[in-house]
Amino acid sequence: MEQFNPFTLIGKQILVTGASSGIGKAIAVACAKMGATVIVTGRNVERLNETLSLMPGGNHKAISADLTNTEDINELVTELPKIDGLVQCAGVGSRIPCKNIGKEDLKRVFMPNVEAPILLQAAILSKKKINKAASIVYVASRAANAPSIGNAAYSASKGAIISYAKCLALELAPRLIRVNCICPGMVWTELILKDGVDKELLEQSQLTYPLKRFGQPEDVANLAIYLLSDASNWMTGSSLDISGGGEGILTLN
Amino acid sequence: MELNEFVSNFADQFDETDASEITVDCHFRELEEYSSLTGMGIIAMAKTQYGKAITGADIRSCTTVEDLYNLINNK
Repeated sequence: MEQFNPFTLIGKQILVTGASSGIGKAIAVACAKMGATVIVTGRNVERLNETLSLMPGGNHKAISADLTNTEDINELVTELPKIDGLVQCAGVGSRIPCKNIGKEDLKRVFMPNVEAPILLQAAILSKKKINKAASIVYVASRAANAPSIGNAAYSASKGAIISYAKCLALELAPRLIRVNCICPGMVWTELILKDGVDKELLEQSQLTYPLKRFGQPEDVANLAIYLLSDASNWMTGSSLDISGGGEGILTLN
Repeated sequence: MELNEFVSNFADQFDETDASEITVDCHFRELEEYSSLTGMGIIAMAKTQYGKAITGADIRSCTTVEDLYNLINNK
């Protein structure tokens, strides 16, 4: 008997941004394990090659690009084959109280988290590099709907991308291209460790989660597999929470 | 603005329709893929590529691609 596997990615070409670390890296590796041919992109060639080295088989490829740079976007899209899946995962974190947010802070968050994915998406669409019935996944955050102190700029950037993705889903529906967002709670990645909150505090905070831990990148990657596979064919314009239960925020006492 | 180049830029606004179907005298609003979204794409194209502001009503007043070319040219 042939094994039932609605989640297979065999025969699909998938582009993953932010694939040099954290959730993007885990998604890229998981896609390869599910049979996809994966194109990984990120700024750092060495780290992209490290991601490639974790991927089994296939004709995977790394294309380095800084997506906040228009020329890099154009070069990436020119080099790109026609894709069946896109995971927009590149992004940065930020913890600054509202009172202290300056123009530069906003730029540092909104350029990679909002502007870059929107412009990359426009380039992919206008250069016709996406196949009919493809699946697009935006990695947003629980932060868009669940406030936590110091997270205003980051939360706003994720809210922006979710709203964008919902419109994109409508525009691409006639071509059966699906667009969905994943909203993870706190996940153990460099992003949360770079925010200036001590690891000890994070370890304490994760116990407030109903499942008593923050997520691992692989937890999120499994959801991405579902959204990229034909198993989610009837799903578009949705935002899925994955947070170990509850609000999925950082609670500091 | 050159007519052939305009037709090719116009054809670029479509994803499913073969470019060969889009000719100077094709009745573009009758194409199966044509929708309000295509209309918005055409308005954006007129603005970014030709620096001309056109409206949905302008587009509706056109039947063929050449009509649209003339309309944008005369703006």
